[in-house]
Amino acid sequence: MGKDPIFSLRGVEFAYPGASFYALRGVDLEVSEGEWVALVGANGSGKSTLAKICNALLIPAQGDCFVMGANTREEALIPDIRRNVSLVFQNPEDQIVASIVEEDVAFGPENLGLPSSEIKRRVDRALGLAGLLNERRKGSFSLSGGQKQRLALAGALALEPAALLLDESTSMLDPEGRLSFLSCLGSLKLSGMTIVQITHRMEEAIQSDRVVVIDAGRAVWDGSPGDFFDGAYRDWSFEEPPGVALYRELLGRGLLPGGTLPDVDSMLGALCL
Amino acid sequence: MQFLSGISLGQFIPGDSLLHRLDPRCKIISTFLLITGLFMASKIPDLVLWGIFLLALPALSGISLKTILKSARPILFLVAITALLNLFWTPGRAVFQAGFLKVTEEGLMTAFEMGMRLFFLVVFASMLMMTTNPMAFSDGLERLLSPLSKIGFPSSEMAVMMTIALRFIPTLFEETDRILKAQLSRGADFESGGLLKRARSFIPVLIPLFILVFQRAENLAIAMESRCYVPGMARTRLNPLVWSGKETAAILGLLAFITAVVLLDRSYFLGFVAI
Amino acid sequence: MIIEHLSYSYNSGTPSEALALKDVSVSVSRGEWVSIVGHTGSGKSTLAQHMNALLIPQSGLVEIDGVQVTPKAKGLRELRRKVGLVFQYPEQQFFAETARDEIAFAPANWGASGEELEQCVDYAVSSVGLEPDLLGANPFSLSGGQQRRVAMASVIAMKPDYLVLDEPTAGLDAPGINELIRLLKKLRSEGLAVIQVTHDLQSALDHSDRLLVLENGMSVAGGAPEEIAQYLLENPVRGLVMPPLVQFAAGLRERGITLDLTSDIGTIIKKIEERRPCAGIAGERQDTCSF
Repeated sequence: MGKDPIFSLRGVEFAYPGASFYALRGVDLEVSEGEWVALVGANGSGKSTLAKICNALLIPAQGDCFVMGANTREEALIPDIRRNVSLVFQNPEDQIVASIVEEDVAFGPENLGLPSSEIKRRVDRALGLAGLLNERRKGSFSLSGGQKQRLALAGALALEPAALLLDESTSMLDPEGRLSFLSCLGSLKLSGMTIVQITHRMEEAIQSDRVVVIDAGRAVWDGSPGDFFDGAYRDWSFEEPPGVALYRELLGRGLLPGGTLPDVDSMLGALCL
Repeated sequence: MQFLSGISLGQFIPGDSLLHRLDPRCKIISTFLLITGLFMASKIPDLVLWGIFLLALPALSGISLKTILKSARPILFLVAITALLNLFWTPGRAVFQAGFLKVTEEGLMTAFEMGMRLFFLVVFASMLMMTTNPMAFSDGLERLLSPLSKIGFPSSEMAVMMTIALRFIPTLFEETDRILKAQLSRGADFESGGLLKRARSFIPVLIPLFILVFQRAENLAIAMESRCYVPGMARTRLNPLVWSGKETAAILGLLAFITAVVLLDRSYFLGFVAI
Repeated sequence: MIIEHLSYSYNSGTPSEALALKDVSVSVSRGEWVSIVGHTGSGKSTLAQHMNALLIPQSGLVEIDGVQVTPKAKGLRELRRKVGLVFQYPEQQFFAETARDEIAFAPANWGASGEELEQCVDYAVSSVGLEPDLLGANPFSLSGGQQRRVAMASVIAMKPDYLVLDEPTAGLDAPGINELIRLLKKLRSEGLAVIQVTHDLQSALDHSDRLLVLENGMSVAGGAPEEIAQYLLENPVRGLVMPPLVQFAAGLRERGITLDLTSDIGTIIKKIEERRPCAGIAGERQDTCSF
């Protein structure tokens, strides 16, 4: 018997109470262990709703969402689901509970009722993964934007989840903070963490293993980042960041071979100048 | 123009001093003892002793005397009002009279004592807040109140609620400052006109502030829920509170000091009567 | 607008004193687009708030159209009208019941009424390209992009001569950003001075006439985009990440192609085609490059 996928969504539909339209209109999606999936789409495409469905913060109106085999409809399973899947949100400030870094990271494990030696072990580990060991005694609000978001990441990691759900987690960070956050994700991925990253910044899909395009409440495209930037990209009305625009232009004129990615080094390398 | 800057309201100042390291329960009890002591003994000689105690605080807390004194700034107005009321409305031997206003010797004394009593009270209470991080403070309070949970008092929820409320204070100031400035740059005028007009001029500040704070509270609630917080469920702690010998020693030392002050106060009082 | 040797500290005279600006000078003329770039906490926003007399210089000089900003200066309110300041996430300042009232707030505060007020609102609405039938809508019910346009209109309605924008593109998606840039270009062509505070180096290099680079409250470089790109390439500044196009152009330079660091995509392509690398074997992974 194979392992259950981390996420398995079948025909998920969802409408917010009082809304006249469906935010999700039949999403089918499977994410297996160790994958890094980028969910991309414009503002209002339903990406964030999808994240909340995957963490059992919202329950599908139609269809089912399974997290490691557990249906989010079964209320008794919700604590397990939340332990298995941790969310990092958009605004780092809205995720800080405690005013001291290490105590904020401890909030999750404390809720699980773990003994303090185990909490300490988890806090140490999570702070290490998020690169915040030197900040542990500092005030949470004295951190920079990027550090605050890595604090939120540490808080999520302290629950020792099987998967991380990132809901536009880089969108409020400055470029420095964004890079430090993304490089953190890179090393987590290497350690086998499953990552579902929701973003409207197309260029952030470069690092992922798999891109899923969400449009008007549906998953409309699913494939590798190479294929995404090669072809699928132009089928959706995404505005191109300059790096990607350059890449597509080079590709269109036959100056670049297919299958490269729009990051500067690989483009320069492939040009063979 | 800088609004709301420099208001500290006894905000936590991180540090590693003796006071910082004491168990929050010990500090909460101590503050109560101090306040009780203040109310039992606040004649002028007692005030000198309280003043000496105050002078020892910088050494114990690693916080400068200036900062400690500043914590009383927000209530200086209240201190002044209390003092004034006592100044004019205490019957006794008049030292100065102008029309119906009469300043008596007793009035002068009471005004000074009441003002100082209030001042010390605020300084001691903010000392507690300045050396105790909000999380530890609510932990301590929760533990002190936990006997009440047997009769249905939600001491654990209250502790989390308080942590969050305290954590929101800096956010609240920041946002208010930002919105005030934004509306000012759109020509809002908070300074001219009658009371009603001025009150009305704050509507463009209050509405966005409420919306923002509710939104952020809602976001925080979702974030807490996703981090497995369930109200009322038993939680454990990263740093469980430890009551050791130094806490007991601190309480005993403080009790001795307060008893001494109160005894002095009583003997002074007795001596005064004897004369 | 002239700013000279401006320094400013928050909470000055208290233990939490924090230096925000140190000896910063910059001048901006009408019809010019100046970008102030730097890391979070570099003093960008503090500088922006000086331009609008929300902060009064502690030392140094801020002079706008001949009026010097001092604590007692008369006409600071008039200065705030002349210099429109759009805060970061400006839609968070909404309070009115309709988009129209929101836009009319600023001009009404400066005493416009009746016909004149209508005219201010119309001007702002057409400027930002807001659909007139949205004017009666509750501003909170609008989409993110529409909200940002209402917020912009609410500042433009006071017909400022200078427009200072603090991270104007924050929170917008790519179409929203492009739309905003088009609007700013149009306003500049109408003679407004545009002062953009941003950490998005790409957009600053693309659109501004001049840039000012701040680091820890001090100005480390100022000049035209090409100069700044060159400077930043040689002297990395905290928090500023080289945009991919500049990195790419720098990479081409290393490979012996002469071009501007701020070249646009068209120029870059032209330069590459002039070298004709691996012509004719496109679409395949080539292991042999014939030069």
